[in-house]
Amino acid sequence: MIYAEGLRRRYGAVDALKGVDLDVPQGTVCGLLGPNGAGKTTVVRILTTLLRPDGGTARVAGCDVVADADRLRYRIGLAGQHAAVDELLTGRRNLVMFGRLYHLPRRTARRRAGELLERFGLAEAADRPVKTYSGGMRRRLDLAASLIVAPPVLFLDEPTTGLDPRSRLALWDLLRELVSEGTTVLLTTQYLDEADHLADQIVVVDSGRVAASGSPSALKGKVGGGRVSIAFREAGDLSAGIEVVRGVLPGEPEIDRGERRLAVPVEDGAASLIKVATALDEVFLRLTEVTAA
Amino acid sequence: MTVLEPPATRLARLGWALADSLTIAGRTYSRLRAQPGELAGFLVFPIIMTVLFGYVFGSAITLPGGGDYRSYLMPGIFMQVAALTAVAAATAVSEDMALGLIDRFRAQPIARSAVLVGRSVADLSIHLLSVAMMALCGVVIAGWRPHGSPLETLAGFGLLALFAYAMIWIGTYIGLFVKNGAQADAATFGWLFPLTFLANAFVPLEGLPSWLRPIADWNPMSAVVSAARRLFGNPGSAAASWPLQHPVTSTLCWSVLILAVFVPLAVRRYRTATSR
Ligand SMILES: Nc1ncnc2c1ncn2[C@@H]1O[C@H](COP(=O)(O)OP(=O)(O)OP(=O)(O)O)[C@@H](O)[C@H]1O
Ligand SMILES: [Mg+2]
Repeated sequence: MIYAEGLRRRYGAVDALKGVDLDVPQGTVCGLLGPNGAGKTTVVRILTTLLRPDGGTARVAGCDVVADADRLRYRIGLAGQHAAVDELLTGRRNLVMFGRLYHLPRRTARRRAGELLERFGLAEAADRPVKTYSGGMRRRLDLAASLIVAPPVLFLDEPTTGLDPRSRLALWDLLRELVSEGTTVLLTTQYLDEADHLADQIVVVDSGRVAASGSPSALKGKVGGGRVSIAFREAGDLSAGIEVVRGVLPGEPEIDRGERRLAVPVEDGAASLIKVATALDEVFLRLTEVTAA
Repeated sequence: MTVLEPPATRLARLGWALADSLTIAGRTYSRLRAQPGELAGFLVFPIIMTVLFGYVFGSAITLPGGGDYRSYLMPGIFMQVAALTAVAAATAVSEDMALGLIDRFRAQPIARSAVLVGRSVADLSIHLLSVAMMALCGVVIAGWRPHGSPLETLAGFGLLALFAYAMIWIGTYIGLFVKNGAQADAATFGWLFPLTFLANAFVPLEGLPSWLRPIADWNPMSAVVSAARRLFGNPGSAAASWPLQHPVTSTLCWSVLILAVFVPLAVRRYRTATSR
């Protein structure tokens, strides 16, 4: 449903994406996990037609993100990293407007708006201007706006940032329900537990690259059996890498100098992976891959 | 729910763009209803300008060729308010950008030009409301009258509206570049407001120092004011430059030129603009 190959994107001097691959089957959730500046938002923007990739190709719901953008836009919902709703209009008026802009008949747009306001616990505040909403309410309205046409593919950029625990759980429930009905979801998050709870597939992005991917259980590592393994391009980097890894992970690395590879047993693969990838990135070592199993 | 498809035929695409523009224009009206203070501002500013200039400066200024200063002034104020439509347009567009609303619009299947066209048309209609208010107030307070034929009067207002629409597009384009409303204000009002004074809007150009004179003579705003004065049959002053000798033609040319440049530029910018 979402397929990307070799996505690259620069912003002036910043190389934000250096070749990202994704493959998300229909009716599943893919969690893009990564630290600040990893490139998560950039991936979402490319897949939702907001940015053109400098290189690589991507298809969403069978539509090419560049060549077939108009058809694609009917098939996706987007909730960006910051709530994008009109502050002066009421919550209801916002949703009806977004519905109309998907070319829903007026009556359908009104009905959908009512349903979603109910669903997101905004029924009482529905007819107040958004500027009187709290941050979390705004966020929920924004999420509601992304669902106005019940799109087959949903993109959520850090959807639970700023939500209280109850709203967060409610959103998780809603997403599970949508997915069980066949919706495909790509969400970004900085929280491992969120990706763990929701995602069928976790893709760890770091410095514009996919640092690791796999199912949550594979990434988390079975107790006692989890390992993070890192392959380096140059022998010199391996020695430096060993020092870095010793600094961030408790386990003692097993080293294979011939293959320029090291592996560390860990308890929590994904968290360790992010730690390692970030630490290695800071010292600019050239990796060929980081995986957890 | 069934997934909709984009329209296949050219006619259907046009209908689509029109419907989207109307939805966006509707949004502008809803916003205005939500903040009546803003609307009051649009309507009161022209009245303040009329009274301020008409009575405060008017008492000190005598026209070289004779004629009533307040009648001379009204076309100048019409032009100034038309020129400043760019400020509101830039501010509103930049706020939509900063909020990420433009991102949301761009991720929806909206006709590429609709967001900007819808906004600009709504802005123009609000401007026309304030022009009507100004004209009324000119007639009642300042004793201003259009002396030409009804057709000429209509042409005068039409020309002013065309110029205002062109200015809205300049503002729209600038709004897509700046980061927030304050920057938008600085990037439009900052040069537009002085420029409205570097024209024949409030004082005859005869008194200007010779190095400033050519700027004022060739300032498109002077042409707009002269055109309005001619069509309304209001007092004007001698025209030394080609644009002021042919003010209607020059105003048409300027407005069309601005639109021909800034509409495509703004739409192109919109298609790739992302917040931040
Ligand atoms: N408009 C822009 N101009 C310049 N650089 C940008 C722009 N947008 C993003 N970047 C840079 O590109 C890189 C990736 O940014 P991106 O927003 O995709 O990261 P992210 O993973 O979403 O981070 P966060 O968790 O902070 O949201 C960062 O280094 C960022 O500074
Ligand atoms: Mg981000």
